[in-house]
Amino acid sequence: MQGTTTHSEKAAQFIANEPRTDWHDDTLWFVRTKRDRAAHTIEAWEGLRATASHIKEHTLSNLHDYLTQFEQNALANGVQVHWAADAAEHNAIVHSIIKKAGIDKIVKSKSMLTEECHLNEYLIQQGIDVVDTDLGERIVQFRHELPSHIVLPAIHLKKQDVSDTFHEHLGTEKDNIDPSYLTHAARLHLRDKFIASDVAITGVNFAIAETGGIVVCTNEGNADMGVHAARVHIACMGMEKMIPKAEHLGVFLRLLARSATGQPITTYSSHFHKPRKGAEMHIVIVDNGRSRQLGRADFRNSLKCIRCGACFNTCPVYRRSGGHSYHNAVAGPIGSILAPNIDMRKNADLPFASTLCGSCSNVCPVKIDIHDQLWKWRQVLMKEGYGGSGKNIMMKGMAFVLSHPRIYRMAGGMGRKVMRWMPWLFNNKSLNPWYKNREMPAPPKQSFREWYQQNKQ
Amino acid sequence: MSTRDKILQAVKNNKPALIPLQEIPALLDVTEENPIVKFTAILKNLSTEVKEVDGWDEVIQYVSELKQQYKIVTVIDGVDGIVNDGADTINQSAAALASLDYALIKGPIGIAENGAIWLNDKNLPNRLLPFICQHLVLVIEAKDIVSNMHQAYRKIQVNEEGYGVFISGPSKTADIEQSLVIGAHGPLSLRVYIVH
Repeated sequence: MQGTTTHSEKAAQFIANEPRTDWHDDTLWFVRTKRDRAAHTIEAWEGLRATASHIKEHTLSNLHDYLTQFEQNALANGVQVHWAADAAEHNAIVHSIIKKAGIDKIVKSKSMLTEECHLNEYLIQQGIDVVDTDLGERIVQFRHELPSHIVLPAIHLKKQDVSDTFHEHLGTEKDNIDPSYLTHAARLHLRDKFIASDVAITGVNFAIAETGGIVVCTNEGNADMGVHAARVHIACMGMEKMIPKAEHLGVFLRLLARSATGQPITTYSSHFHKPRKGAEMHIVIVDNGRSRQLGRADFRNSLKCIRCGACFNTCPVYRRSGGHSYHNAVAGPIGSILAPNIDMRKNADLPFASTLCGSCSNVCPVKIDIHDQLWKWRQVLMKEGYGGSGKNIMMKGMAFVLSHPRIYRMAGGMGRKVMRWMPWLFNNKSLNPWYKNREMPAPPKQSFREWYQQNKQ
Repeated sequence: MSTRDKILQAVKNNKPALIPLQEIPALLDVTEENPIVKFTAILKNLSTEVKEVDGWDEVIQYVSELKQQYKIVTVIDGVDGIVNDGADTINQSAAALASLDYALIKGPIGIAENGAIWLNDKNLPNRLLPFICQHLVLVIEAKDIVSNMHQAYRKIQVNEEGYGVFISGPSKTADIEQSLVIGAHGPLSLRVYIVH
């Protein structure tokens, strides 16, 4: 599903449908305003952000000890702990647990890590029937698509799309687009799946080193329905989910849902420490490039992320290009600073899919310097030769012109003349990409230097 | 070297110098002027029916009314006139519990700032109960409502039991065009009794 087309090419396809682009833009902005309202009700909001950021920075600086402590405590709780260096090892571990349980039907609640590892594809190839149980994820799964947003997986779809999909797969009435009706149909369909499945996979929002437990947050109740109905619970986590103590949950749970959707907290914040009697619980701790990112001083802060999606909702580029344009499991600004670490060549375009306006950093509940890191990735990518030859030649040309005042003056004068005499050269979408969605300004009659020389007293 | 040791070694090599952990600043913990009022307002906003009652009479009455019409399970201890029949569900499968209409459960702590009520294995003879029932009724004593999450985590011990959960409102989703729908996979409705 992930082609080699770049963000700008995919974004061009997305914005071809203008009313839909506007709708996407408005809808996400609405979520951002809900976040603002929720944040403003908390007197100590900025203090919470600073504290959350500090706790995560501390945790990263002691991650080795916390991972060890977490493992010890989880083992003492009767939980089986597995370690995976990369996506392939993660997938193989999950498959071996399922196989050992002798099961071929599983349910899964939302986990961006398993998206990152392409677990579904892998398990389906092994003959396992995988059912995503988050409503948005179930919708995109039926459509053979990927989530376009980490919190709102089907935000790129309209009611009619969902209605068509459910008509095809669940036999709902054709063209009935009532969200309550459609949600109820999914509820009945998925209840059967929960009851029939003996393995449930979940993600992890927070892993507590001092107690060896994990916390999973949902609104729909699908993680809990899956886990408590199943005999085997597999929780998959990136190793950066660690927090030192249970009391730190107070800080993070106050921030997470408010930043994500403007809710005071998710409907369910489930704390798993021990499997129930007769059941099994497994935790798979995954590296997949995270230890490498930890070693990059400029980029390690990206590992503080708690996956709230606030940076998506505020981003002018995300809102107008849609999640699929990012061709990465995690889209948006945060995805654009995580992806180059995983595959620099494939994701070299993503740090450029930003205006560097800084809004992402301003809403981030753990104060990741997202827009600075986007800029820093651009430096790394150009240096490593992933910037593309066009960008390189242009930059070198610009550097030459700007460092030679006479040539700069001549070029400016020529530019103004050409714009006046041959406007078609600039008002041309194939020659001038800048013109694609913009009008060109009228060329000024003289340069600032000429104006200044005439007017200085 | 095992994968585990390799990962831990890489983390150890790559992590920055230790940044000492500071205490959570006291200024984050702002006590509500009236926690019950806040708790009620937040829950009403989350499509929850809130009943503030003096004594247990109304709850007892409600349980007996429900019992006449519906399949219900009650996990409320120490109240004369209410039978705790939670233990009957200990070994029940999801298939058996799927037809449960109501679960009524008393929680040990509620939080004003977000309307959440804590339950753990002590209140959950079967962990499925508050999720698989069609309608959930949570009961909390007025004295057990704290202002915020920091206060709540000081009162509970997260690993006292194998499982614990904060529940705030009925299950819901807005995954179809951001339209809020109450009743996703969990209960279709939530009623909360605040007992004085």
